[in-house]
Amino acid sequence: MAQADISVAPVVAQGGHNHPDKWKWYDYFTFNVDHKVIGIQYLVTSFLFYLVGGFMAVLMRTELATPDSDFLTPELYNAFLTNHGTIMIFLWIVPAAIGGFGNYLIPLMIGARDMAFPKLNAIAFWLNPPAGALLVVSFFVGGGAQAGWTSYPPLSEITANLPQTLWCLALVLVGTSSILGSVNFLVTIWKMRVPSMAWDEMPLFCWAMVATAILALFATPVLAAALILLVFDINFGTSFFKPDAGGNVVVYQHLFWFYSHPAVYLMILPIFGIMSEVIPVHARKPIFGYKAIAYSSMTICLVGLFVWVHHMFTSGTAPWMRIFFTISTLIVAVPTGVKIFSWVATLWGGKIRYTTAMLFAVGLLSMFVFGGLSGVTLGAAPFDIHVHDTYYVVGHFHYVLFGGSVFGIYAGIYHWFPKMTGRMLNEPLGKVHFVLTFIGTILTFTPMHSLGIQGMPRRVAMYDPQFTDLNQLVTVGSYILAVSVIPFYINVIWSWMAGKEAGPNPWNAMTMEWTTASPPIIENWEVLPVLTHGPYDYGFEPKEAATGEEALVPK
Amino acid sequence: MQGTVDSTPVVTGHELATHEEHQDLRLLGLITFLCSEFLMFAGFFAVFLVFWGSKAEWPPKETEVELLLPAVNTFILVSSSLVINLGTKAIKNNDLAGLRKWFGITAAMGAVFLVGQVYEYMNLGYGLKTNLFSNCFYLMTGFHGAHVFIGLMLILGVLWRSRRANHYNDITHTGPEMAEIYWHFVDIVWIVLFTLIYLLTLI
Amino acid sequence: MKQIPAPLLTLVIGIVVTLVSLWVGQNNNMLPVQASEQAPLVDDLFNVMVTIGTALFIVVQGAIVYSMIRFRQRKGDETDGLPIEGNLPLEVFWTAIPAVIVVGLGLYSVVVFQEMGGFSPGGHHNHGTMVAMAPQKSVIDVAPLLSQASEDDLFSKTQVYGFGAGSQTLGNVPDLTVNVVGMQYAWIFTYPDTNIVDGELHVPVGQDVQLMIEAKDVIHSFWVPQFRLKQDALPGETAELRFVATREGTYPVVCAELCGAYHGGMRTQVIVHSTEDYADWMASRVASATPTSTVAQPMENATDAEYLAALAPELVQAPVQIAQMSAMNMDHASLR
Ligand code: HEA
Ligand code: HEA
Ligand code: CUA
Ligand SMILES: [Cu+2]
Repeated sequence: MAQADISVAPVVAQGGHNHPDKWKWYDYFTFNVDHKVIGIQYLVTSFLFYLVGGFMAVLMRTELATPDSDFLTPELYNAFLTNHGTIMIFLWIVPAAIGGFGNYLIPLMIGARDMAFPKLNAIAFWLNPPAGALLVVSFFVGGGAQAGWTSYPPLSEITANLPQTLWCLALVLVGTSSILGSVNFLVTIWKMRVPSMAWDEMPLFCWAMVATAILALFATPVLAAALILLVFDINFGTSFFKPDAGGNVVVYQHLFWFYSHPAVYLMILPIFGIMSEVIPVHARKPIFGYKAIAYSSMTICLVGLFVWVHHMFTSGTAPWMRIFFTISTLIVAVPTGVKIFSWVATLWGGKIRYTTAMLFAVGLLSMFVFGGLSGVTLGAAPFDIHVHDTYYVVGHFHYVLFGGSVFGIYAGIYHWFPKMTGRMLNEPLGKVHFVLTFIGTILTFTPMHSLGIQGMPRRVAMYDPQFTDLNQLVTVGSYILAVSVIPFYINVIWSWMAGKEAGPNPWNAMTMEWTTASPPIIENWEVLPVLTHGPYDYGFEPKEAATGEEALVPK
Repeated sequence: MQGTVDSTPVVTGHELATHEEHQDLRLLGLITFLCSEFLMFAGFFAVFLVFWGSKAEWPPKETEVELLLPAVNTFILVSSSLVINLGTKAIKNNDLAGLRKWFGITAAMGAVFLVGQVYEYMNLGYGLKTNLFSNCFYLMTGFHGAHVFIGLMLILGVLWRSRRANHYNDITHTGPEMAEIYWHFVDIVWIVLFTLIYLLTLI
Repeated sequence: MKQIPAPLLTLVIGIVVTLVSLWVGQNNNMLPVQASEQAPLVDDLFNVMVTIGTALFIVVQGAIVYSMIRFRQRKGDETDGLPIEGNLPLEVFWTAIPAVIVVGLGLYSVVVFQEMGGFSPGGHHNHGTMVAMAPQKSVIDVAPLLSQASEDDLFSKTQVYGFGAGSQTLGNVPDLTVNVVGMQYAWIFTYPDTNIVDGELHVPVGQDVQLMIEAKDVIHSFWVPQFRLKQDALPGETAELRFVATREGTYPVVCAELCGAYHGGMRTQVIVHSTEDYADWMASRVASATPTSTVAQPMENATDAEYLAALAPELVQAPVQIAQMSAMNMDHASLR
């Protein structure tokens, strides 16, 4: 582990707390309750699973380079497809964005020494590796779950029963983890801010995490219910979703999407939080419209709970539902737009630093607008009838998930890596990474939209020869994406061991995590900090601090 | 243009000279968790209601529920919620004996409820797999039963710990309070469950 | 830029963006040919959305690129930008405009949905379709799957999903009803009036066709890209898809819902005939129809080939297809 550049006095032994001055490398492999250790545990595991999920994607794309099913068997293709989606969502974006950044940053940003329930926090993390293991094992005991990450019955009940059961269990584990984590986030943010920090002086990342946690608390248990019923159907002879015994297959879809639509906002809200932190720092300007951004997170959280049927427009959906959910879905564009415009306004008139973190943040901005707009077209039921379950949808969600969430995670890593490890990442290598990722993303996920509109359904291992050209373009793009991760992983490993020392505040940022050493000492500060200015007070004359308190702490 | 923000830390004062006390936020955490937990049951309830609304005959003739025993059981469980409250009231007045007495009674009532449930299962004449209604019936009551069991364990845990001298008193009594909240939760879920499975199907 | 006054510049940019977006909206050329009455409705909606989307995209993207260039850090400048923390009128503006746009789009969607027949599946608005939906006595006894559940059925259903009569056909009795069954991995089309069973869908151009869609085993989804219509085939639920084909030709029928390993191979064709051709086809099929003795036979223990033969005899005449199907290892009995 990197040697910390502790610019403050060494930790004085603190009464009642017997922990070492500094964690050793092996502490990161144990049941450690320090939120920073847990944050890094989340990040490292999720980055590993990213490779696994990406590996599956690359194999799938190789299969799709030709119209015939010649590289993978169709069963294996479906298993990769299912587990690619599952791993990317549940073992990559969710643990990285929520578990990783959330745990690492929240206590530091609000001036707390740890989360409210450190042990619970560690338990929440340790539910993840077994979940991943279950998915991996499922490949060896029957070829992996093959019913798609949505696992609609009755298909999920008649194919690959054992792997499907393991898949359900894995999801219940990560779901439990996410509920426990959310309890922790909510209580921590609510009760453990330094007393001088009012709600509207919190960094926006914390607001985003409040919205995320509420969403997770309300939605995840419903998924658990659906999966439990599925497991009972598969293994214990019940027939909730078996039509021939009176069961109803559409009910499962409602339960599933009641969780899984909010889940997509679980994957983007923390990223929005990261954006609101990264952009002001590297544009050297206060965030534009603090309150609007904070409240729009809450609005998305609320409205996001009532749009789930837009995934079921072609299913057994009553006409009034198609219309109601069309309108509620379109409404989400408004609060999201508020955020996008506010970030652009933050750039406007700044002194933009072309750091890699900033490049990824701005890259996200343009990608996400495209993905969001294609989402709006999907929201209109009459059009969605045509493109539902086609590559148009696949294009949409990779734009928001890869161009959004993944870009955001990269931006966050480039921004906070110095804080987490005490060392800077290599900038030129980072820019190579950015350029490759940017080009690869456009090349991979743009042609998917026309494929879908023209008639290529998703989740197929074989397709019409007329779609070959575009598919090959997509495959080339995916190879570029596969190559793009190489400079990144090299950069991280090398910089972690031997990068330039960062110091406590390499970006000259104003949120509280930058007031402690890099990496922060155990328990974060020797004496808890007191807020003297808002989180984004760039450009204000520091001199005014003494005289005009209001200017510095906008209330 | 104004100058850069200087890198003097935000830290300017000492919040607390000594190491701060950890707040005890467990009650809040538990309540948050239970809100979430309730939604899992809500998922089951929703499934049940969909079937109730779409089936001509619900429950089907061969799987009709019986009402007397569950009604008695409901009475026991609901009143146990009042009893457990007496226990926490007692410890707030530093009355350890009271705590133990009332928690003991609650535990006994919970156990009776569970035994009654098992007795009901054994005398119904249909099992989990019989039909869609029995699927729902056993799944929902079974999951609830598991929660009662956990609640019972919590109460017994409190009783066990209460043997230690001064473990609970008028100042520290979060343990009993958590057990109580959990028990109320189990109770609320049961009331909804009872309404759905036993009362609604009478209509 | 100093020479041109800002309002003028804004106006020019606005006009250019509008023109470009309108052009892109009309010329995106991404959609396949239109072959049903619904298709132009959907395409118009899509093109409007592309127009709006392009405009928004150019504006946001333009602002980003402009800022990145104009407001980049100059060499040696370590100062901060202007401390602007918000601007209420601006924020109200960019909340209100999208709100107006989405409400407009929402209303437009409702209108299109209405015209497509989205509000009338199951014939709630006319008696004719109800008649057509009554259990059909067909050659093969797939009635339990296709029909509405009978009165004494324990689990009766009332809801029919999908698309019913559109604005043009409202109140009409459909000219042709076809029962559609999806199963791993084939579509079976049954013509209840003539007892024809086929693996391809044949319809006459310009006539009001009603499909009654169900699935046998798992969920499938009936999609004809050129019709812009898609409806899941759900086991145990009925769905209706009503359309008027407007263009003769052969179009793919695609299964759009993951239904197992060979989901990608589950495709067939819809052939839109001229009225005369359709009559010819019908005549030839009725003539060749074999009296079916297979009907009474219980199907639970049938082999794949027998099962398929009973459902769709003509498929058996295509040896390649049947071989392919049994290779796909259909487990049609697994759900019973
Ligand atoms: C990070 C994840 C993420 C995010 C943020 C979103 C955001 C949105 N999504 Fe997406 N979506 C997915 C992930 C995500 N989605 C996934 C994974 C699936 C597929 C699941 C599966 O089937 O496997 C999916 C599928 C999906 C469907 C179902 C398609 C189908 O299967 O037929 C729909 C339909 O409505 C939809 C809509 C939307 C909308 C309206 C938004 C909105 O939130 C977007 C809002 C953003 C903007 C609109 C852009 C910025 C705004 C402005 C510039 C303001 C002005 C704009 C207007 C006035 C329009 N999504
Ligand atoms: C955050 C989520 C996320 C991310 C990041 C990605 C990333 C990628 N996805 Fe995926 N995808 C989903 C979520 C995601 N996807 C979901 C939810 C589905 C739906 C599943 C379903 O339908 O059920 C899906 C489906 C999906 C499909 C559709 C399959 C189908 O419908 O038939 C395709 C096809 O091209 C695809 C491609 C890709 C590609 C090329 C990438 C690339 O970005 C990946 C780039 C690759 C890497 C970054 C890793 C490269 C590394 C190596 C090659 C080395 C490997 C080494 C070791 C393992 C040690 N994805
Ligand atoms: Cu049938 Cu896919
Ligand atoms: Cu959604």
